[in-house]
Parts: sequence; C-alpha cells; structure tokens
Amino acid sequence: MEQSEQEVVTSLPKPAALEDTHREAAPTGAPVFHTEGISIYYGSFRAVTDVSLTVYENEITAFIGPSGCGKTTVLRTLNRMNDLVASARVEGDVHYRGASLYHKDVSATAVRRRIGMVFQKPNPFPKSIYDNIAYGPRINGTRNRAKLDEIVERSLRQAALWDEVKNRLKSSALGLSGGQAQRLCIARTLAVEPDVVLMDEPCSALDPIATGAIEDLMKDIKSQYTIVIVTHNMQQATRVSDRTAFYSVLINPDSDTRTGVLVEYDRTEKIFGDPRDDRTKAYVTGRMG
Amino acid sequence: MAVASAQQGPHEPHGPDLREPAGWRRTKDRVATWLMYLAFVLVIIPLGFVLFTVIAKGARAISWQFLTASIPPNVLPLGTGGMGPAVVGTLEITALAAVMAVPLGVLGAIYINEYGGTGWLARFVRFMADVMTGVPSIIMGLFIFSLWVLHFGYSGLAGAFALGCLMLPIVIRSSEEMLKLVPDSLREGSYAVGATKSRMVVTVVLPAAIGGIVSGSLLAIARAAGETAPLLFTILVTATVNANVFSGANTALSAQIFVNANQPYDGAQGRAWGAALTLIAIAFILMIAARVVTARFTRYSR
Repeated sequence: MEQSEQEVVTSLPKPAALEDTHREAAPTGAPVFHTEGISIYYGSFRAVTDVSLTVYENEITAFIGPSGCGKTTVLRTLNRMNDLVASARVEGDVHYRGASLYHKDVSATAVRRRIGMVFQKPNPFPKSIYDNIAYGPRINGTRNRAKLDEIVERSLRQAALWDEVKNRLKSSALGLSGGQAQRLCIARTLAVEPDVVLMDEPCSALDPIATGAIEDLMKDIKSQYTIVIVTHNMQQATRVSDRTAFYSVLINPDSDTRTGVLVEYDRTEKIFGDPRDDRTKAYVTGRMG
Repeated sequence: MAVASAQQGPHEPHGPDLREPAGWRRTKDRVATWLMYLAFVLVIIPLGFVLFTVIAKGARAISWQFLTASIPPNVLPLGTGGMGPAVVGTLEITALAAVMAVPLGVLGAIYINEYGGTGWLARFVRFMADVMTGVPSIIMGLFIFSLWVLHFGYSGLAGAFALGCLMLPIVIRSSEEMLKLVPDSLREGSYAVGATKSRMVVTVVLPAAIGGIVSGSLLAIARAAGETAPLLFTILVTATVNANVFSGANTALSAQIFVNANQPYDGAQGRAWGAALTLIAIAFILMIAARVVTARFTRYSR
C-alpha cells in the first residue's frame, strides 16, 4: 500500500486555532462543523468535555487518541446518532454550516440524510447487494428503476467495489468478505449523496490490503465529500487526513471517573511533526497511549 | 473424517502424551455424554409410540371420503361417512383465529421491542403475555363463553376468539425474541442514511426477523389447532358442515376426537383415530410450510 504525498499547502484563510502555526495553510473550504466547548453526558456521567473544533469542507479530519477518550462519542454527536442512546445529552451546540444541530425543531432524520455514517463493524443488511445500496435512495423517495440502477452503479464505483460485484448484484450482501462488506457500507452511505461522511474506525476489522483500498477510496471521494474519521491507527491518520484532533483522558481521582478531552487540533503534519502539547507529543511518538 | 482418523491413529512412541489422562475428569465426560444419549432416547420413545399408535389405528380410516363426507351417526361402522365437517371447521376456525391473533401479536412484539423499551407499558404488556401463556385453555374457553357466547350464541367465531387468545401470547413472545436477535448495528445502518424509526422497522428489522416470526406464528397456530377444551364451550360440537363461521354451532377435528372416542361403538372410535391422524397431518403440513416459508424469507441471510 503506497503512502501518498500529503496535500501541498499553499494559502489561507486560517482558522483561529491555527494562528501560531508556522506552516502555510492549504486552501481551506467553508467550515462544515463548528463546536465551541461542548460537553457530552451519558446520564450524569460526563463522557467528553471542552471540545472546540472546526471541520472544513472537502477535507479529511481524523480523530485520534487512546481508548475511552470520547472520539466516537464526539463523532456520533455530529449526526445525532447519539440520540439513540436515551441518556445521552449534549451541552453546548454543534453548528453545521451555520445551522444549529441540536435546536429543538431540527429533525435527526433530516440531519442524518445529509451527514452519513460508516461504522466500525461492517453492517450490511441481510438483503441483496443491489438492495443494500438502493436502500437509502428508496427510503428517501426514489422509485424509478433506471435511476436506482444508475445510483447503485455510481456508488459502487465510488467505493471501488463495482468490478468485484457487478455480476452478482442480486446475491446476498452477507456473502461478501469483511473488506468488501465495509466498502459496500461506504457505497450505501454515498448512495444518498450526503454532504458529510462520518467514519467510526472503518478499517479496524480489516486487513492491510482492504485498509489500503478504503484509504485510497477516501482520498478519491474527498473532492466531493467532507470526511471525519475516527481511527486508532496513527499511520492511517498521517496517510489520509488533512487535520487531526488528538483526544485524551482526564482521570478525576475523587469520583474515579474518566472524561475525554480535546487536547490539540491542528493540521496533521503539525500534530505529528511539531505538536504543541506534551501529551500529544507523547502519544504520537508512541511513549504513551 | 481424515482428521479424526489421524487423531485416533496408533499412538506414536515419541513426543508428549497428549491423551486425556484417565481419572475423574474423563469419567465425568463419559458419564455426561451417555446421560445425554439416554435423555435423547427417553424423549424419543413416547413421541415414537404416539406417532406409531395414531398411524397404526388411524391409517385404515383415512380416505378421500373420510376427509370430505359428513359425520355419520355413531353406531355406523367405519367406512360410512367421514369427518368432512370437522376438517372444514378446524381449518376455518384456526385460520380465523390466526388472522386475528398473528397481526396483533406481531404488532405487540414490535411495540415491546422497538418502541416501549423499558417503559412501564412495555413491561406491563410483556408481563401480561407471560401470564396469558400460563392460563389453562379451558379457562380461555370459559372466558369467551361468558363474554361472547352467552350474548351472541355458539359460533365458529367464538371458537376463533378462544383460540386467538391462546395464540396471542405465544406470537408476542416468540416474535419479540426474534426481534431481539436483530443486531442494533442494522438499525444504526438504517438510521445513518436518514430513515425514520417506523421506516427502519418496516424495511430492516421486520425483514431480518420475518423468518423467525413466521415459524413462531405457525407453531402457535399448530398448537391452537389441536386445542379441544376451549372449543367445547364456544362452538357446541355438531355433526354437520357449517360454512358460516360467524354464526351457528360448528365443529372441529379436536372436538370430534373427544366426542367419538367416548363412544362405545367401533366405528366411532375408528373415526376418532382417523381424525387424530388428520390433525397430526395438518400440524405436520403447517410445520413443513413454516420451513419452506422461512427458507424463502431468509434467503439473503447467507
């Protein structure tokens, strides 16, 4: 699996958090997500606190950090997937292209139509490959057969799966290998043409070759989508991401609870090359974690 | 097989001895294995005897005429008349009961598992379904008798109510178990492309669980088809065909077995055995149908 060159960085505008960066910033797209000091609770337990970050259009943003630091929790807050956990609650607001995600009139369903998600474990539906991809368009109202055929082919091509499955679209999606199933799930997400794709450790169950295929696919599609990826694999973050957010765990000795916190958020080269925080440095150089 | 025979090949004199050492552990293993074989045989024996007896005594009664002709007076010998009205009655009463109980039960299970969660109503419904499962079927018959038959008279419909009450809790609980088996990752996958909850249930959860729901429901139907006690109170067993299931006395195979087996006449007793075999055959056909339908609905689950 070849390691592609990082994007060459040329001009501004700089986000506030990058003010002390020496590096020149890449042409930055519009902000997609913006949070200002949010905390996320499960019941009275504060899982993550003090998360301020801005995710930019057509970039890949990686969330890294040790287990239990709340990366996934933050990710699931970005498309209101945490609504499914009855006790989950967000303090502060998440702005998505200027709109408030947690306003009382906002429908989580409408949010998720625009902000898709790929999960850690591939979760193909027990349906045919075709029906898996056509699922999203169908529930969103596309009935036309020719249109669906077109969407299925386009999505499978984007996910680099078309050539492997084009002759067995009618067979069960459960017969696919792990890597194929995960690409199928990515294609299923892309089929509804979301604005953002959230990925929760999409490669953790896959071998290096399948991982490479998915990383290539992420780089291919980022011109059309904004991607946020949670990963335990630091090499993966350096390979694919434009920006990296490093999370860590604060241990409260009084209550013996652990709360995740966003330590540092910057361009990926900066996080891995010249981090400001000692905790980031220790983690990315492998001395802790 | 090749692997197994290789393991059982002559023990090599070299290398460590990897056999299970003789002792208490090996004894326990042997004893437990033989106990399980014994239990299996003990369970199979009565089943085999029941099937053998019913087939041996009932087979001579079975003919096309037996399945279609009307029920003769008890004194007449085997070979005259048949059990036609009872076959018709069993089929229509059971079908009517299934039409009432299965959709209601599946909807109840969907409520409990997908919507109610740990709320008081869901817990209450689940508890009541458990209580209802334990109610003796004769009580269910009495219940419908006092609630319906006393006001509207005997009918196939009243019998269907009683059988439906017996099916309902079984359908609810078996469907709920099937819905529980659907992994949450599938629900999340559906939500992640913008499905609403009801859409998610209809397009992902139900299709994934349908095989189990169908076989659970058919089991409940087969159980109910063999019930006798609740029918005695609700359909007032007759000997003639009553095509109108909604009013007037009706009849059913299970009830005819009960009535005919109580007669001192050979012919009636022979007809009771024939009816018993017919009932078992109907249950058997339902089970086969359940397998076929399940296989068809789950063709995508690998």
